[in-house]
Amino acid sequence: MLHRLLSGDFPRSLWLSGALALLVLVLALAPFLFTGARAMNVAATICVFIVLVASYDLLLGYTGIVSFAHTMFYGIGAYGVGLALYSIGPTWGAMALGLGIALLLSLALALVIGLFSLRVKAIFYAMITLAVASAFAILASQLSDFTGGEDGRTFSVPEMLRPGFRLIEAEVFGTAINGKLITYYLLFFGALAIFLFLLRVVNSPFGRVLQAIRENDFRAEALGYRTVVYRTLANCLAAATATLAGALMALWLRYAGPQTTLSFTIMMDILLIVVIGGMGTLYGAMIGSALFILAQNYLQALMKQASDALTAVPVLANLLHPDRWLLWLGVFFVLSVYFFPTGIVGKLRALKR
Amino acid sequence: MSEALLTLTGVHTHIGQYHILQGVDLTVRRGELTVLLGRNGAGKTTTLRTIMGLWKASRGGLVFDGQDITRASTPDIATAGIAYVPENMGIFSDLTVRENLLLAARAGEPDAQRLEWIFGFFPALKKFWNQAAGTLSGGQKQMLAIARAIVEPRKLLLVDEPTKGLAPAIIQSLITAFRELKGMETTILLVEQNFGFVRSLGDSVAVMDDGRIVHKGRMAELAEDRDLQQSLLGLSLDAHQ
Repeated sequence: MLHRLLSGDFPRSLWLSGALALLVLVLALAPFLFTGARAMNVAATICVFIVLVASYDLLLGYTGIVSFAHTMFYGIGAYGVGLALYSIGPTWGAMALGLGIALLLSLALALVIGLFSLRVKAIFYAMITLAVASAFAILASQLSDFTGGEDGRTFSVPEMLRPGFRLIEAEVFGTAINGKLITYYLLFFGALAIFLFLLRVVNSPFGRVLQAIRENDFRAEALGYRTVVYRTLANCLAAATATLAGALMALWLRYAGPQTTLSFTIMMDILLIVVIGGMGTLYGAMIGSALFILAQNYLQALMKQASDALTAVPVLANLLHPDRWLLWLGVFFVLSVYFFPTGIVGKLRALKR
Repeated sequence: MSEALLTLTGVHTHIGQYHILQGVDLTVRRGELTVLLGRNGAGKTTTLRTIMGLWKASRGGLVFDGQDITRASTPDIATAGIAYVPENMGIFSDLTVRENLLLAARAGEPDAQRLEWIFGFFPALKKFWNQAAGTLSGGQKQMLAIARAIVEPRKLLLVDEPTKGLAPAIIQSLITAFRELKGMETTILLVEQNFGFVRSLGDSVAVMDDGRIVHKGRMAELAEDRDLQQSLLGLSLDAHQ
């Protein structure tokens, strides 16, 4: 059963298995373990980022494609669902229509970008995706009548997903079974299903060809594989998955805007998480996303406590001032690349040997 | 003499500003093992890569099994039935031995009987079946590279310097493998510098120098004629005998 679920791709490390099991358990029980909006936001963001980063790992880690357009597809998913719900109204039909249009647009764009530019060298492909993604972000800001411009769009979701909705009146373990909780589990199970699907993809014959292309595309061609076709398919698959992640995020936030979906900062975060977690290991997306999102949300608070405790030590207290959290995040990133060149997952797997 | 399976006629290949192949004429006959000899830089590897379409011929023509493949893409050439074993053990090191062989088995799972036949002369592949190919020794990687090319029957096998850097014991297992393949009438074009390795294996031979074929004939004749060996292959030949 577990073998089939994980497509035979086990974590291959006791520590990693433990960390992953703990993460899944905490995310599954998050609404009952934590109170307050912030903790739930963190848990939901981790779920969405696991999908987003895993889909990017399919490109970078498994196929060797460096793309900067991943947030564009993420944004298309968020805007697709958001604008449909905003324009048509908060119905399941509008949501499905928005998601369908977003998926079609993403697939068409990924196909065009792939077929026209995956023949060129990696660096030029990266530049082309950067240009396309930048143009798309500007377009989303400029079409303010349609997209809400820089402010984005706040929209209503179907009644069942609204915080005011109660599935049952009674509370379960002190937690209200409301629309917010239903939305969270939509995200959780959606992310879980997409992650298991990606695991199936990378462990299929198709995934094997992608890994062969990453290692040596000439050799893969000499075996009879059309590398451009496989790269384009990987590009389309990653784009569609990122679109789904964007749609899930928009449902959670009930908002779609350039800063939450299309910004270059998110693209950088995805890259960092892939490297920290371990390229070419989908489990790295889980571990990396959890650590990164936790650091992003709690490092400042942790530093504030440390800074307050060290007020008597002037230099140290200043260094640990919450405003410098990005500096420390950067330091952690450099250290993790230095000590875990194969990512956390790679290191944990090596510990076993 | 059997009919031609592959014919190169006046093939020229340029790599950037360099004119590497300068009118190669070569015929590989069906069911034969043709050896392509020559010193370093003579154009042997470029000839194989041009046949595979990895570098396009700028002039001349290539016909394989009655089909013009001069402008064909590499995947089309591979699908037409040519398997290529590049030099330096061209395997996929991140994949396991099993996955490497699965990649080459285009028809799905490899035939179990054929696998057992391969394991007969390359037993190490069975032993390290689920191990990453990158962790194998040099000789085992070469075995895997050849196994990948023969995991399904192909019309023609191109093999580039399989003995390069290998220990004598491993070379012996390669000789066994090639004898097995010859026994099944597999057509092979084998590039080598190690004359000692190919003298008993080859049916016909071509010698390259400066991007041209300078000698064509039967291997048995070259193996007997020490003067011809000396004039074509020079001192390096003696070192391998």
